[in-house]
Amino acid sequence: MIRALILLLALTTAVASPALANEALVSGLSQNRVQITANFDGSEILIYGAVKRDSPAPKGPPLEVIVTVEGPSTALIIRRKERVAGIWLNRSSVNVDAAPSFYAVATTDKLDKILSGTEDLRHHITIPQVIRAVGISDEAENAPDFVAALERIRLDDSRYRIAERSVQLADETLFRTDVALPANLTEGNYKVRLFILRGGVVLDTQERLIAVRKAGLERFLYNLAHQQPLLYGVLSLVMAAVAGWGASAAFRFVR
Amino acid sequence: MQIYLPIAEVSINAFLLLGLGGMVGFLSGMFGVGGGFLITPLLLFVGVPPGVAVATGANQVVASSISGVLVQMKRKGVDFRMGLVLLAGGFAGSFIGVQVFAWMTALGQIDLFVQLSYVLFLGLIGSMMFAESTRALIRAHRAGAAAPIRRAHVHTWVHKLPLQMKFRASGLYISVLPPAAIGAAVGFLSAIMGVGGGFILVPAMIYLLGMPTRVVVGTSLFQIIFVTGFTTIMHAINSQTVDMMLAFLLIMGGVIGAQIGARLSTRLKAEQLRIMLAVLVLTVSFKIALDLLLQPAELFTVTPGLLP
Repeated sequence: MIRALILLLALTTAVASPALANEALVSGLSQNRVQITANFDGSEILIYGAVKRDSPAPKGPPLEVIVTVEGPSTALIIRRKERVAGIWLNRSSVNVDAAPSFYAVATTDKLDKILSGTEDLRHHITIPQVIRAVGISDEAENAPDFVAALERIRLDDSRYRIAERSVQLADETLFRTDVALPANLTEGNYKVRLFILRGGVVLDTQERLIAVRKAGLERFLYNLAHQQPLLYGVLSLVMAAVAGWGASAAFRFVR
Repeated sequence: MQIYLPIAEVSINAFLLLGLGGMVGFLSGMFGVGGGFLITPLLLFVGVPPGVAVATGANQVVASSISGVLVQMKRKGVDFRMGLVLLAGGFAGSFIGVQVFAWMTALGQIDLFVQLSYVLFLGLIGSMMFAESTRALIRAHRAGAAAPIRRAHVHTWVHKLPLQMKFRASGLYISVLPPAAIGAAVGFLSAIMGVGGGFILVPAMIYLLGMPTRVVVGTSLFQIIFVTGFTTIMHAINSQTVDMMLAFLLIMGGVIGAQIGARLSTRLKAEQLRIMLAVLVLTVSFKIALDLLLQPAELFTVTPGLLP
């Protein structure tokens, strides 16, 4: 009798949460480092993966995949221009604790359809959730407008991207997507997160890193400018002097 | 061909930058100005951050001024003693300017400050130059009429100040205070606007100090080399905003453009050149004024901040 009860209990829980136990994520990246050289013109990363399960795919809501790529976060100041004495100048401002320099979301379907609000709060997937702006309401009137403006500006210049239905999913098992990294990339570790979901609930997640680094001459100049600023300044002048003198000398020679 | 600029952290077409440098170099060769007042707004326009545009603009002016001063030295058109006095003031002005620049950046008003300086100074100088050269052109048209008598130098209050010094190349015996003050003003503007300040220095030397035109351009270029050089180093140390890659491309374009411009300028009359320069200066000033007065399409701006 007791054995039968346990069996029944096991069965009902299995039915109630059909996939929690047996659907897991495996994934890979086409490259895990990006080098910014002088002729760097953006880079495309292929993110692929598969769903591992020990029993056939459960019935019910279909499997969905969300992939996010997040650049290093920085603190930001958002300022709003107002008209003062006929001139447009920055008046009020809001400090954002941390906002990613780059953020891309790729999904298999409309975000609001496949992701529930609570799961978004827990995993920080949509753009408003990744912008960390705490306690801004006393910094300016209509503080939320500032954060909305940040989202709008960065969506406009393609620093933030939402690509719904850009993840290709085959047989609820294999998936792939391409994420284009823009040419004006900031250095740092880019965090790739993968989620599989059913009925708005996250079943499994994975995290990977892409290291974006300046290389070659770019690396050298950047390091020099920050570690030896005086030397760098002097070198800039020497370069200017040589170029200025060289050009007039060259033109004299041509003449 | 896109090129990634290591300090500005943006990717811009290399030929566009060479072209910008060439265009500004062409104008500077033609009119004998450094061209900083054009390069900074143009860099902002193609998407270079303001701090990098101002600091790198100063670096570019160093190269074009050196190129120019070499030509002037052959013509004995440089008053080194006057240049050194202007320079002493220039260093002080530039030092203060860089501090004000950093302070205004922290307050978030640097864009406004830079724009207002541009509107004010370019508008003022442009109008003065335009009025003066139009009068000269009208005079030239009334050929035959006696030109107004011009004395070698007019004695004004400037000549009554203490600390008199002899400037042989300029043929002047005046106090060092006015040139030092003019130098300081130009150094300040160089740090704020990323310009050499030739468009202020040249008229000031002619009309305030009474220097002969022969030595004015060379001496102003001489002073500008050191002031913009100092500004470049100060920006490199204070804010790491000098982009050597960007400067290199601008300079390469600039030196070629300057040579072509200098050739072409010999075919035009001095008054015509000055009217054209005045119109150019006024256009830039007018464009920046419009940006301040019209409602911008995007009211919000995003700048990097520091954690409290």
